[in-house]
Amino acid sequence: MNEVLGTVFIVIGLAFDFFGCLGLVRLPDVYNRLQAATKCVTLGTCGILFGLFLFRGFTAAGLKALLCLIFIILTAPVSAHALARGAYISGVKLWDKSVVDKYGEDISK
Amino acid sequence: MKSKILLFVLGFFVWALLVWPPDIQHIIIGILIAFLVSSITGDLFVKRPSLFTDFKRYLWFGYYVPLFIWECIKANIDVAYRVSHPDVPIKPGIVKVKTNLKSDTGLTFLANSITLTPGTMCVDIDRENGFLYIHWIYVKDKDIEKATKLIVETFENILKRIFE
Repeated sequence: MNEVLGTVFIVIGLAFDFFGCLGLVRLPDVYNRLQAATKCVTLGTCGILFGLFLFRGFTAAGLKALLCLIFIILTAPVSAHALARGAYISGVKLWDKSVVDKYGEDISK
Repeated sequence: MKSKILLFVLGFFVWALLVWPPDIQHIIIGILIAFLVSSITGDLFVKRPSLFTDFKRYLWFGYYVPLFIWECIKANIDVAYRVSHPDVPIKPGIVKVKTNLKSDTGLTFLANSITLTPGTMCVDIDRENGFLYIHWIYVKDKDIEKATKLIVETFENILKRIFE
């Protein structure tokens, strides 16, 4: 039973990882790409790790997978903030068709 | 002092999970390392240890976790829809929203939650005035008040009860 559930979680995780990578290719600028990469790759990888935990249960490998899951959820958004802010400050422009840029207005003041 | 003890317990717990199944050598080394780390950096860990004794905060945290997972799944389906649609329906922009949270942990959790919820990503925080700059993949409203209502309010009220 656990193996079936684990396989389901791993397949769902892989599907979301795939959409994240597709977003990296299809979306126009750094910020939109970071959105796709952060959201999809975080949940996708967590899905895979949780599937591994269901396969192995409370053993050495399973508990390490759970720990990695928690650390990924805590750290992935932080690295996304750092990348987005760093990109903006070092001068990467928003996409041409962006509708509003409040951050630029406030920074240049 | 309380902060050091909390860090010691947490550090030892994580160590125990990492070396599972535990034996006597690993436990002794874990205690030594957790003691060393918590005696050096323990004071930076929690500023107000009294918050940990308030039971209601744990209940609100238990309510926050499923809500966060649900929003996270919605965000992923949203991204999957946008990138697999032939026209890529996006209208991106950086908007500014207000927040009432003040504490470090609260702001960090708010920014992380916003990053993992549908269509929004936190770019920068202005702590003095309580503003967050949010990159929104499909801007519904440029106005500060309305954007605040749409983006921040889901989590702010809960996080205020947990961390403030």
